[in-house]
Order: sequence, then C-alpha cells, then structure tokens
Amino acid sequence: MNLHEYQARALLKAAGIPMFEGDVASTPTEAEAVARRLGGTVVIKAQVHAGGRGKAGGVKLARNPSEAADLSAQILGMTIKGLTVQKVLVVPAAEIATESYVGLIMDRDTQRPVFMVSSAGGVDIEEVAAKTPEKIVRLPVDPTYGLFPHQALELAFVLYRDFAQVKAAARIMEQLYTAFVNNGASLAEINPLVTTPDQRVLALDAKIVIDDNELFWRPDLGVLRDDSAEEPSEAAARRANLTFIKLDGNVGCVVNGAGLAMATMDLVKYYGGEPANFLDIGGSSSPEKVINALKIITADPHVKAILFNIFGGITRTDDVANGIVAATTQFKVNVPIVIRLTGTNEVEAIRILEGVGMRALSDMDQAVEQVVQLARGAA
Amino acid sequence: MSIFVDRNTRLLVQGITGREGSFHSRQMLEYGTALVAGVTPGKGGQTFEGKVPVFNTVAEAVRATGANTSVIYVPPMAAAAAVFEAADAGLPLIVCITEGIPVMHMSRAMPFVRSREVRLIGPNCPGLIAPGARAKVGIIPGNICSPGRVGLVSRSGTLTYEVVNHLTRAGIGQSTCVGIGGDPIIGTNFIDCLRAFQNDPETDAIVMLGEIGGTDEQNAAAFVKEHVSKPVVGFIAGQTAPKGRRMGHAGAIISGSSGTAEEKLAAFAAAGIAIMRRPVDVVQLLRSKM
Repeated sequence: MNLHEYQARALLKAAGIPMFEGDVASTPTEAEAVARRLGGTVVIKAQVHAGGRGKAGGVKLARNPSEAADLSAQILGMTIKGLTVQKVLVVPAAEIATESYVGLIMDRDTQRPVFMVSSAGGVDIEEVAAKTPEKIVRLPVDPTYGLFPHQALELAFVLYRDFAQVKAAARIMEQLYTAFVNNGASLAEINPLVTTPDQRVLALDAKIVIDDNELFWRPDLGVLRDDSAEEPSEAAARRANLTFIKLDGNVGCVVNGAGLAMATMDLVKYYGGEPANFLDIGGSSSPEKVINALKIITADPHVKAILFNIFGGITRTDDVANGIVAATTQFKVNVPIVIRLTGTNEVEAIRILEGVGMRALSDMDQAVEQVVQLARGAA
Repeated sequence: MSIFVDRNTRLLVQGITGREGSFHSRQMLEYGTALVAGVTPGKGGQTFEGKVPVFNTVAEAVRATGANTSVIYVPPMAAAAAVFEAADAGLPLIVCITEGIPVMHMSRAMPFVRSREVRLIGPNCPGLIAPGARAKVGIIPGNICSPGRVGLVSRSGTLTYEVVNHLTRAGIGQSTCVGIGGDPIIGTNFIDCLRAFQNDPETDAIVMLGEIGGTDEQNAAAFVKEHVSKPVVGFIAGQTAPKGRRMGHAGAIISGSSGTAEEKLAAFAAAGIAIMRRPVDVVQLLRSKM
C-alpha cells in the first residue's frame, strides 16, 4: 500500500526525523492559512500516487499566502496520470546546500532490509541505479540485531564530511530504520535528505510503501489507505476480498490462483485477444465471491466476453458453478460467458450448469480461443 | 526416488486441528503419506481422525514420534513463530503453506533457519508431492499426479496443477512436484530444486514454472547453463502483467523495469531452456527433449 507524501512525513516525524514544518490542505483557503502560518515562499505539492508530479504541473512555488490559495485552486482537482488531486502539501521553499538520497527497502536477494544511500540526491534514484550504480552505496541489515551504530555512521560518512552533519545523518538512519520496522514498510525513502546553508540536516520529501500483509493486524496503518487514489473497481474488489487489477482489454477473466490467472491473461493475448483484468478469486471460493467478481467485471463497459478458468484443487468447482448460476439469476449479464472448469467436484459442477442451460469446457486453450472469438465478434 | 521427501518421510502437521490443517491432513492421510503427529498448543493428548496423536509442542511431537518433516497450516500472524519452533526442534525439512505472512517476519526467520541448517520450503506455497513414494506434503491434489521421471518446480499453485494435469494425461509421470511459493522471501529457490533434480538418479527432465518479479529465474537460468545436464523446459507467467502492480502473489511484481517476463525468457533462451508459450506446450517440448 502506497502512502501519500504527507502521510509518510507524519510517520517519519513521529520517529523523530527532523524536517521542515508544513501541512496538508484540502481547499485553497486551508492552503492559504498554512502558507500564512509558515511565512515566506512556500511549495504547493499535489498528493497523488504518481511519479513526475512536477512535470505534470502538480508542484508549484507560491511567494505569498494569496498566491498559495490561487495555485492550490489550480492543483486541487487536477488529474495526474488518471488520478484526481484531493489534497496538497504546503511546505516552506527552503534554501538548500546539498541534496542526498536515503532509502531502505526489503530486498529479495539478501532477504533483508537494505539501505541505499547516495550523494546524488533529489533525482530519480532508479535512473542513478541504472546509469551510475557505483554512486549508490548498499548496506544490508540483519533484522535480528537491527542497524548497528557503526553501520549508521558508515552510511552517514558516505554523505557528509563535517562530523556534526555525519552524527545528525547517522541518527536519521537509525530513526528511518525504526520507522521502517515499526510501520511494516517494504520501502521507506527520504529523497532528498538536504543540508541547509546553516549546516542543518533535514528530510525534504518522504515516501513509504507498507507491506500489504501487515495491514491485517495493523488497523492503525489500514486507515491510511486512500480509496480515492485507487481505481474504483479495484477498491470494490478489495472490499470483497478479491485480488483484482484493471487492464485495458475486453476479455474479462475470473480465475482461481494468481499464477493461473496470469497464465490465463497471457493465453488470451496468445490467441489474439486482450485481457480486461487480472482476477484471482482465491482458494476457497464461496458462491458470494463469484457473484462479486461478476458484478465488478460486468461494470466495465469495455468487457465484451467473460472467461471463467477454474482448476479445482482446494477450490470446489461446484461452488463456482453455484456462484455463476446465482449471479446470472440475480442480475442480467449482457455479455457471453465461457466457462472452463476441471478438478474437484467437476461432475457436480457440470450438472449444476447444465441444469440452467449453460455449458462448461474442460480444456483451457479451447475456452480461451472461444472467449477471444466471442469478444472479437461483439466488438 | 524423489527430492526432499520420500518413503522415509515422517510428517508432522503444525495447526492440524484448524480448518485448513484438518482438511488437508485428511487428504494427506488418504494419499498414503506417513502422517505421524499433529501439533496444536492446548490440544495435546487428543487424537486426529482416530489415529494421529496431537501434541502441544513440536519438540514433544518429535521426541514421541520421530517425525522428520513439518508442514505448517497456521494463520499468517503465527506462521513465522511456527517456523522458528520447527527449526528449533531440529526438523530438517519444514514446509510452510501459509499465505499472507508479513515479509519482515520471514526476514527475521531466515537467518535462524539457515543457522540450523534446515530446509524451508515456502511460505505461500502448495508444498510438494512425490507420487512414486506416496508422499504428499501440502495441498497439491494427489489425483492429478502420477509416478514417473519428470521433476517439476514452480512458484505457483493452480498453474502447477494445470501443467501436472497435462503431463499425467499424456502419460508423463513425475518424480517430485515442488511449489516453492509466491512470496518475495522464500526458503528454497529454483536453484536449490534444480540442483536436487540434477542429482536425483530417478529424474530425467525438469519443468520450471516461473513468473514475473525478482531475479530467481534469471539466476536459475545461469545455473542451468553451468550445472544442469538434464533437459529443462520453462514457462514464465505474467507476460501481459502491467509494471508496478502486485499480481496476486506478493512476489509477482515488476519493479521499475526489472523482473519482466521478457528478461526472464531471454535468460531461459540463453541457457538453452526450452520455452513453453502455453501450459499445454509442456508435453510436446518434453517429448522432443527426452
């Protein structure tokens, strides 16, 4: 789960990391009040889950409170990469001496949290990683012990020579590690970490991604989710306990299991179609899940045909068949449905479907070819 | 023969009295697995299905029954603790089925698991099955498998079943099918399985089912080139997956521009791995290589 910059700032601030004062605003009036309180020139930053906010016109400099109100009015409601800006962050336009990058990610290869620091800050770190990887220093942390003081110093010395700044940065490294662990993050980033002309070290921008698996037992983090920053169909699917990702094609896919769901999308493409979505109904599929899945898929006007691909292991195919029958009697599905099911209780499933005049195929390729044909014919 | 499990496997189930645990324990018993003990704290002294003794702790179960493998079906928040317990009891093989374990929990568990020289398979995996040895540890449906000489390793569950089903229907049996799991941090990777299959005298060819995210398949391809003389057939799921989105499995995500299907398929091709464009291609490719 991605956090907004203002939310990430709040978590880092709570961990003690020094940063410039600033506040979030939902209206131009609020933004004006924040700008007045801060005094001087401020930066207005759109709060959306998208990179390249500056280039899209979502970051602007305001010299006084009334300009802050005007510019906020422009930014609020603006669309950046399909996402509507609901909030802006107002921070002082600080004088900056140097910019660095500090990031902490959960690394797959070392299976540990890994610090990445670079004195090339304030820029796209992926670009730095791709073009000049030697400019990034990496340091894995053993989570059993946490970040050792000497490791924090080692990282800080990569960035600064002045020992007062080194000590300040080392403390920030420790605080960032604590915030990462305590908030179940898979990524925590300060970009840039800056020094001011008066030698202070502060975080200017923050980014945090929370491990979705933590949310189950951390309702305090769950409330940070911004449903408005998501595709509405994806938010609806999440509330129905379905894993759903919207795509641009016209073949709706309902599959059990993530790997098979991906392979099904790929096969749709292989036979010349375009998948409209990724959808995993999971292992134990109650009829309700199938009903919810069909509701979400049929709400997309681009969908011209729907494919069910169910390999019954733990999933009982008769449950899925019951769900399809219940859904199609509850509401009218205006596009053709192709059903492929095999495995646990398939004889019963086929009997249920045939009872209402529906057919089921047992071969995945045959089903995909058929649904692609139907989608094409309807398009 | 087979890899990791065989006729000497004596299985213990952590979470045997839970909903998932009891359901799959019955399936494992039915298949013929030597399920010798169950563990649920507070339920020690009970008997599962009239024949499997239940203990309060793993250590107690191991002492009483000589169990040498554990399979974990406990809920996500307690699953890493169950891994620590099994490793601490000295079990050489631990299979963790549970999906949804916080990644930090696994990051903490892995150094301990390695320090005890334990093999962990999973988490978030369907487990493994050796049809010839009638050893099923996990949730892979036994009825779709058949004994034979093809080894299969996969990051997925139902996609594995799809491919195994094609093999069995075509009369191609399996020595062992291993699901290594869809999480970013897992105990056993493709290379571990490839090495084991290469060394297994009763495995003649290997099927590898990968997916987008991470570098495990790329590393595995390099390993195949250097160390695997047996024919390898491979598949990558997620060729149509958008970047930056978690495709169901926590580990199935293209970050930046790394971990894409194209990158993995290119690594496969460079290592001489025969590429399946569709799951059904497995049969024809294996026949042409064996």
